[in-house]
Amino acid sequence: MMPLSGGTRLAAAGARAVTEDSLRNTNRADRATSAIFLALLLLGVGVAMMGLAAILIWALVEGAPRLGIELLTNGPSTVRPEQAGFRTSIIGSLMVVGGVLVLIVPIGVGAAIYLEEYADRNRWWNRLIELNIQNLAGVPSIVFGILGLAFIVRGPLSLGFVAVAGSLTLALLVLPTVIIASREAIRAVPPSIREGSLALGATRWQTVRRQVLPAALPGVLTGVILSIARATGEAAPLLLVGAVTFVTFDPDFFTGAYSTLPVQIYNYSSRPQAEFRVLAIAGVTVMLGLVLLMNSFAVWLRNRYEQSW
Amino acid sequence: MSTSDIAASGSGTMFSRRSLEASSPRYGEKAIYVFLALCALLSVVVTSSIVVSLLLPTIDFFRQVSLSSFFLDTVWAPRQATGRFGVWPIVVGTLNIVIWALLVAIPIGLASAIYLAEYASTRVRRIVKPILEILAGIPTVAIGLFAFLFLRPAAERALPFLEWSSLFSVGVAGVAVGLMIVPLVASISDDAMRAVPRALREGGYGLGANKLKVSLRIVFPGAISGIVASIVLAGSRAVGETMVVLIAAGRTPNLTFNPTQSVQTMTAYIGGTATGDIPTGTLDYDTLFAVGTLLFVMTLALNVLAIRLVQRFREAYE
Repeated sequence: MMPLSGGTRLAAAGARAVTEDSLRNTNRADRATSAIFLALLLLGVGVAMMGLAAILIWALVEGAPRLGIELLTNGPSTVRPEQAGFRTSIIGSLMVVGGVLVLIVPIGVGAAIYLEEYADRNRWWNRLIELNIQNLAGVPSIVFGILGLAFIVRGPLSLGFVAVAGSLTLALLVLPTVIIASREAIRAVPPSIREGSLALGATRWQTVRRQVLPAALPGVLTGVILSIARATGEAAPLLLVGAVTFVTFDPDFFTGAYSTLPVQIYNYSSRPQAEFRVLAIAGVTVMLGLVLLMNSFAVWLRNRYEQSW
Repeated sequence: MSTSDIAASGSGTMFSRRSLEASSPRYGEKAIYVFLALCALLSVVVTSSIVVSLLLPTIDFFRQVSLSSFFLDTVWAPRQATGRFGVWPIVVGTLNIVIWALLVAIPIGLASAIYLAEYASTRVRRIVKPILEILAGIPTVAIGLFAFLFLRPAAERALPFLEWSSLFSVGVAGVAVGLMIVPLVASISDDAMRAVPRALREGGYGLGANKLKVSLRIVFPGAISGIVASIVLAGSRAVGETMVVLIAAGRTPNLTFNPTQSVQTMTAYIGGTATGDIPTGTLDYDTLFAVGTLLFVMTLALNVLAIRLVQRFREAYE
């Protein structure tokens, strides 16, 4: 280094220190903003999680006084909330959701197979179907209730306010979800598998049936379970197709009044007495248990079979 | 493409065509094709049915109630003897819910999305994403009751200086709807941000940007169409939400933006009115469908917009 005079050396050292310090300062400021930003992000995620936790804990704590087997086995009552239960509406839910399952599996998977394996994208009608399904997925559930009221309960089908009308309405509601999820699963099966099968002389349907569908099964199943979970918790469209009646006897699928668990919960919650509110919250706990079980199973299934080809 | 073409296309037609032709007509294959096509076609039938079932009674409705008294009047009292059919109170009721819901869902949803896409490790992601999906799966009746019996009293305790004159509160209902649509915003925005190519991020880091700058100035603008789509879709969900609103916001048609008041939304009107056995062909019945049509048109417009936007970010990077 060049020999420098004392003053110059001091000036150089000062310049160096100031520069370094200012650099470090911007660094520190940057780091602070980064930390604040990350904290904000974590806060956002945290609030969402806390919301979920709050709902679950609230339902468990507030519903606890009524949680017990008689909640499931006792029928509903308008006068004795301390003894009323959800028996008829749970049976109603099982029927309605069972009907939904029977309807959506063949139709939803069938439509998905058609769109992924058979349809020619260049044809306008196939693109129309595709766009249409995307749009249907966004139609509010209550509008499906209106459709159910006008076409299934009355109008062309005229089934009346029965459980099968509820099944049909909910099936139409969740069908787009099943189709979209199944298509995703079918699309994830690599073309080489189809080509191999076709090259060995299998027909198109044999290829779908023996190669594509088994490989896509976990994905399809995930979509179906999520849709069933949604149908189990859905209440709005059922208000319009007759599920609000107070049913004191076990319902029948094709004749007579019915109710479902979420609609019965809504029904109890709109009564002024505090006992009915506790009853409604206990019902929420049961429903959440069912729905969360299904959802967790679907998530587990997806993670378990997440396949990379 | 005809069925036989499809059957043949897999086996290839490069060599002598006759020998590769199917030896039998394969009626089974054709029947299956027809069944599958019918399944797909059902969705079009459903949409057409929705449109028809909404339109016919709506036309009847407008034969009895003029367009101007529907869109220009500001009093909604359809079931009274001197019925007033000004739709604004219930449209504004819906708007109230959407505003509060988006005020909650946009910051929380986007924060979660940025965190998941840019900051979270694979392990954290594998835990957080399913939890958000489970939140998305909570039935709306449960969220409505939670809002009505827990959030509403809690809000009164937290903000005692507001005037809580009603048991119902549109602000609280909107916040609950917001919580419900957080996963929707988060998951679509997360997808959009993950679709932004890695090279763009690396370019940013190479120029000396830190994670914050890469997230906000490169990934966020790059994914903006998907992010906007997620917000539009969330808005559409909030417009169509019924149970939370019915339980927590009440049924009083109220032309107000006061968050502590009870309002009626379009969905709550439909859900609250149609529960009885309303005879077909009456004005009450037709009114339901007129409101239903308005609701359908609003959500359809939002959904079409969102689908367009999503297609745009897919096209940009895939």
